[in-house]
Amino acid sequence: MQLSRDALLEAYRSMKTIREFEERVAKEFATGDLPGFVHLYAGEEASAVGVCSHLVESDQIISTHRGHGHCIAKGCEVEPMMLELFGREGGLCGGKGGSMHVADLSKGMMGANAIVGGGPPLACGAAMTAKIKKTGGVAVSFTGDGGSNQGTTLESMNLASVMQLPVVFVFENNGFAESTAANWSVAGGSIVRRAEAFAMPGVQIDGTDFFAVHEAAGEAIERARKGGGPSLIEVALTRFYGHHQGDNQSYRTPDEVRNAREERCPLINFRRRVTEASLLDAAELDAIDAEILDQMDAATAAARAAPWPDVAEVLTDVYVTY
Amino acid sequence: MARKLSMRQAINEAMHQEMERDESVIVMGEDIMGGLGVDWLEGDAWGGTQGTTKGLGPRFGRDRVMDTPISESAFIGAAIGASTTGMRAIVELMYVDFLGVCFDQIFNQAAKFRYMFGGKAECPVVIRTQIGGGFSAAAQHSQCLYPIFTHIPGLKCVVPSNAYDAKGLLIEAIRDNSPVVFFEHKKLYDAEAEVPEESYTLPFGEAGILREGGDVTIVALARMAHMAMEAAEILAAEGIECEIVDPRTTSPMDEDTILESVENTGRLVVVDESYPRCSMGADISSLVAERAFDSLKAPIRKVAPPHTPVPFSPPLEAAYIPDAERIVDAVRAVARHGA
Repeated sequence: MQLSRDALLEAYRSMKTIREFEERVAKEFATGDLPGFVHLYAGEEASAVGVCSHLVESDQIISTHRGHGHCIAKGCEVEPMMLELFGREGGLCGGKGGSMHVADLSKGMMGANAIVGGGPPLACGAAMTAKIKKTGGVAVSFTGDGGSNQGTTLESMNLASVMQLPVVFVFENNGFAESTAANWSVAGGSIVRRAEAFAMPGVQIDGTDFFAVHEAAGEAIERARKGGGPSLIEVALTRFYGHHQGDNQSYRTPDEVRNAREERCPLINFRRRVTEASLLDAAELDAIDAEILDQMDAATAAARAAPWPDVAEVLTDVYVTY
Repeated sequence: MARKLSMRQAINEAMHQEMERDESVIVMGEDIMGGLGVDWLEGDAWGGTQGTTKGLGPRFGRDRVMDTPISESAFIGAAIGASTTGMRAIVELMYVDFLGVCFDQIFNQAAKFRYMFGGKAECPVVIRTQIGGGFSAAAQHSQCLYPIFTHIPGLKCVVPSNAYDAKGLLIEAIRDNSPVVFFEHKKLYDAEAEVPEESYTLPFGEAGILREGGDVTIVALARMAHMAMEAAEILAAEGIECEIVDPRTTSPMDEDTILESVENTGRLVVVDESYPRCSMGADISSLVAERAFDSLKAPIRKVAPPHTPVPFSPPLEAAYIPDAERIVDAVRAVARHGA
C-alpha cells in the first residue's frame, strides 16, 4: 500500500505526538501533581496509528487502561486530554474520568477502559450499529495480551463471527499483563491462532513496524467495510514503561527496558525507513518534533493553569434526563 | 502485645498462618506472585498489587499459590469449584469493581450451592477484594459495592476497619465453611494497629465498639469508622459524646449491638461510603426504625456519597467521599433535634 507524502508526515506526527504526550505525562506524574493511575503507551505508537490512519471520524474505536495513544491516533485533542489527566475544568471528560476513561465520542473514540475485557463487546455493538444503519463504518477493539484471556473477549469474537460484524480485534501483545508474561498466560503461545477457532482471518505483525501494521490493518478494515466480517490482528510490541507509573518492573531486566528504547522503537524504525528511502527528509521530521514539544509545553501549562471543576459537577451527568 | 502491623501485613500474616496450619488452603489470583512466565525470576515479582500476598509463593510453592490469567469468571469460578471439592481457596478479585466480569460464579453458584443442594454442599471459599475511593482511581476502580454482596443470601461479608480485626476476621473467614467475601479498603492498607503474633479468630456477626458515648450512636464501616472517630473527637470537645459501632461484618450483622446502642443514646447517624440507595446505611436505618422506634429522639441521619459514580478529579472526589466534617454536621443536627 503506497502512502502519500502527506500521509507519511501525518503518521509520523501522530506517533510522535503520542510519544511526547506520554513522556510528558511520565514527567508530570513524577512531580506528584497528576492524580490517580497512569499507564503509558510509549513504544506502542505504530499500532494505534497504523490502525487508526485507515479510519474516518465516524468509525469507532474502544481502548484499554493504556488508552492515551488510541485517543490521539483517533483525533482527540491533546490539550483537553492533558487537562483531563490533571483533573481540571475543560478536560475532555470534565475531569470526571481521568486517564483510564479519556473519551471523545464525537471523534469515534469510545473511551479508555479500566476493566480488562470491557471493550470487545462494546466494539461489537458499535459494529452492529454500522451494519444495521449500513454506514459502511467499522469498529476496532484494542485489547492487550491480558485482555485476550477474558471471557468477554472470547465471547465477542464468536459473536462478531456468527453475526459477521464489521469489527477488527487488535491485540496489542506487549509481553506482559501487568507483571504476568504473555508466554505463560496465553495458552498455545499465540493470540493469532485463536482467529482460526472463531473462523476469522488473523495475522501476527511486528508492532515496531508502522508499515506492517498499516498494511495488515488496511486489509482487515477494508474487508470489514465490504461486509467481509471480523478479523484479528496480533501486534507484537514492547512497552517502554511499566504496567503503571510506579511499577518497579522487577519482572524485566534493566537491559530489556533500556534496549527496547533503541531496538524496539517504532519511531526510530519509521524515521530510518522514510529517510533511507528518501521519502521524507530528516529536517522536516525534526521540525515536527520541535512543534510537538511546543505543543506539549502549551498543553501542560494550560492544564496546570486551569481551575479545578466546580464541586457541583459531582452531581451532574448521572442521567441524561432526571 | 506491643507489636504493630499495618493492615497489609496483618492480612499477609493471616494467610501465612492458615496455609501453614491447613494444607488444603490455597491462594490464587492475578499477579499474586507476579512475573509468572519469566524464567530467570526467583521469588515473587509483586506479591499482589498491594503486597498482601508477598512471600506466600516462595514459602508454599506454585502448587498452592497460583497466579492466573486475567480471566475472572474462570479463576474465581475455579476457586469456588475447588472449594466445593475439598480445598479452601482464598481467591483475589483485584478490585471489587471487577465483579462485573465474574458475578455469576459468585452469586448464582457459590452463594446458592448449599441451599439448592439441600444442605449437601460446602464451599469454604474466601474472595478477597479491594474497595473504596481516595486515590483518584475514578469510576471503575473506587467503588465499595459490599451492599450488593450483602444482598445475596448465602454469602458472608466482612468489611474490616483495622489491622487487628482484619487478621482475626480473615482467619475466621478461611476456617468458615461457607463462601465469604472479604473487603479491604485501599486507604487502610498502611493503617497500623497492635496485632498479636499468634493466630486468633474473631467471630462474624459481632460488632466492635470503637468508642463509648451516651449521646449519639454512629455506625460506620471500614474507612468510615476512622472518619467517625475523627468526628467524635471534635464533637467531644463540644460536649457531644458519640458511641461508635463498627459492625465489622455486614452478613451476618450484629443487629443487637446496634439496637442496644441506639436504645441507650436515642440518636443514630449511619456513615457509609457505598452508594446511598439500597445500601448498608439504608439497611441499618430500616433496622433501627423497625425495632428501636420508641427509643429514637431524633430522625435517623445517613452520611453517604451522592447517588453518582465516583469522580476522578481530586476536589470532586473529596467532595464525594464522606469526611469527618459531614459526620460532625449530621451528629450536631440529631443531637440538637428536640432540644
